[in-house]
Amino acid sequence: MDAAIEVADLRKTYRGRRTGEVRAVDGVSFRVERGEFFGILGPNGAGKTTTLEIVEGLRRPDSGEVRLLGRSPWPHSPELTRRLGVQLQASAFFEFLSAREQIETFAELYGASKARAAEMLDLVGLTEHANVRCEKLSGGQQQRLSIACALVGDPELVFLDEPTAALDPQARRNLWDLMRGINAEGRTVVLTTHYMEEAEALCDRVAIMDAGKIKAVDSPAGFVRSLDAPTRVTVAAGQVSDERIKELAAGEAVTGGDGTVVFETRDPRELLTALASEGALDGLAVRTANLEDVFLHVTGREWRA
Amino acid sequence: MSLDTAETRTERPQGGGRRAYLSLYKALGRGWIRDRSQIFFTILLPLMFMVLLASVFGGGDTAASRIVAVGDVAVLDGADPEVFTVTGASDLDEALAMLREGDADAAVVQDGSTVRIYPSATNSTSGAIAAGNLSALVDDVNVEVLSAAAPNEPVLETDIEQADGGALKPIQYLAPGILAWGVAITGVFGAAGTIVDWKRDKLLRRLRLTPASVGTFLSAKVSVNLTVAVGQTAVFLAVAALGFGLHLSAWTWFAVPLVLLGTLAFLAIGVVIGGVAQTSPAAAGLSNLVTMPMAFVSGAFYPLALSPEWVQWISYASPMRYLNEALQSVVVYGEPPSAVLPQIGFLAVFAALVALLSWKTFKFDEL
Ligand SMILES: Nc1ncnc2c1ncn2[C@@H]1O[C@H](COP(=O)(O)OP(=O)(O)OP(=O)(O)O)[C@@H](O)[C@H]1O
Ligand SMILES: [Mg+2]
Repeated sequence: MDAAIEVADLRKTYRGRRTGEVRAVDGVSFRVERGEFFGILGPNGAGKTTTLEIVEGLRRPDSGEVRLLGRSPWPHSPELTRRLGVQLQASAFFEFLSAREQIETFAELYGASKARAAEMLDLVGLTEHANVRCEKLSGGQQQRLSIACALVGDPELVFLDEPTAALDPQARRNLWDLMRGINAEGRTVVLTTHYMEEAEALCDRVAIMDAGKIKAVDSPAGFVRSLDAPTRVTVAAGQVSDERIKELAAGEAVTGGDGTVVFETRDPRELLTALASEGALDGLAVRTANLEDVFLHVTGREWRA
Repeated sequence: MSLDTAETRTERPQGGGRRAYLSLYKALGRGWIRDRSQIFFTILLPLMFMVLLASVFGGGDTAASRIVAVGDVAVLDGADPEVFTVTGASDLDEALAMLREGDADAAVVQDGSTVRIYPSATNSTSGAIAAGNLSALVDDVNVEVLSAAAPNEPVLETDIEQADGGALKPIQYLAPGILAWGVAITGVFGAAGTIVDWKRDKLLRRLRLTPASVGTFLSAKVSVNLTVAVGQTAVFLAVAALGFGLHLSAWTWFAVPLVLLGTLAFLAIGVVIGGVAQTSPAAAGLSNLVTMPMAFVSGAFYPLALSPEWVQWISYASPMRYLNEALQSVVVYGEPPSAVLPQIGFLAVFAALVALLSWKTFKFDEL
């Protein structure tokens, strides 16, 4: 079977009269298997949206090759778009329609039933707001409606461009569950995000994108493993003597200040056991390497989402 | 973990394009109806202009010329009270003061066999009409006198058949003009505003990723606009006929295809504007910049025949002129559609050219 998405060496330069040339996408290649949950992680302006728009067939690349479910997204073909579900970064709605009318219109365009529309509205928790005009919905509600519209056609492949951007923490967690569910039903999901923990929590594989380029692709765990970074254990200062700290550190780095001592260790179990036996666990914090460290490592820049 | 969609997909009805068209038409139509500003622009604004202009240009056939007779004016003795309302003034200065104040349309002094007429300069149109009516009155009196003196001489009689079907009531030329203008602003502002909205809210991008084609969506949008134009025309003509005494000819129904054709031309202009403008105020400003002068050079508010010659020349390039003329011909003068073929031809060619221009210049990437 074909891959869900195959992208080879995409390039896109925006030419503005005032802005000059912006190389939004600069030689991007990746492949997404069917059923996979694939994330594109990167800061503002990395080129995530542009990449997605090219893959979806909304923009023509300057060069490069896109295969979507085995075919070219260009020109528009109903056979292909029927199998796609898309949530764009900016919510796009018919003016002056209620949430229900909105999703029912989309349902009709995909040949789906009203019942399916109601079900999707319920899935994103908007049944209560079904009769509210779209422009009166809050930013997060609009985003959820937009996702419901993406799912109403029962797509095989779902594109979500920063779906959790405007959501409160609770709604974000709910949406994570929702997205996991979508993927568990066998749909391929492509997600862009600013949030490290989101990519870690959801994605089978993550592409780290910066300045128009994909710097690396791996599973979140694989990234952290290959980083081979020490675990950082923090405790409150003054619980153990300086000599004992040196012993415990066993040659690895120790930093301090602000009333804390920070150990870096490859064997957190042994260190924590020792600290516990000495009753020195006040102010304990354990931080393992995460995608943030990976980003720093891969791009040479601090993460600043 | 399999998709249950394979079967449902093959079951999807054929003719999805038609269904998509209908649901888009419904969604866009609903949106239109709920947008109060649209109702205002489309229905109320043209009606307001009709009320305004009808009162500016006078109440029409009921208005008799208001004459101030200075001293004794024998010729007015037999005047038809339907044509003249006569008041008196003791001297010419008082009469001229009344003219200046707009209290009368003309002053008359009779000095033996000379009838001197002072038409109003304050209101030159009704002044000219009053002067014309007075001349005719003097001629009638002369004919009577001459016939009495020489009863066997044949007298030439004029029988004025007014070219404009009898009464040249202002509403007869105002109504088609204002309707043409209303159709124009609805089309131009509507299309320009919609394009700018699409640039902002990205609706069209989202729809391009549904199975419905862009063509289906655009034709649904144009259909809504055409429906609006027909509704607008019906309401406008009904109000003009019932409230303002516009006589509708038997060919009035032909206003519908005329308005549809005109709307296509104006939508095309709006698309060009929407392609250039980046914000709603810019789109509205540019639309005004195009429709306002167009209205003034097209005889929409003021008869072209009374406009300066250069205005008449410019008007040949304006689609509003042709829509106005064609509407006037079929609705007011009751001419058959064959009489407005040249106007139809111009509108069609104009619509096609501007549509081509908008298609060529439009940057779909921005949507
Ligand atoms: N329509 C456009 N015209 C010109 N430049 C553009 C356009 N869209 C994006 N850009 C530029 O291209 C670059 C990549 O933008 P893009 O929207 O793809 O980034 P992104 O990763 O999606 O960012 P964000 O996280 O903020 O959504 C940016 O520098 C942006 O300024
Ligand atoms: Mg983006």
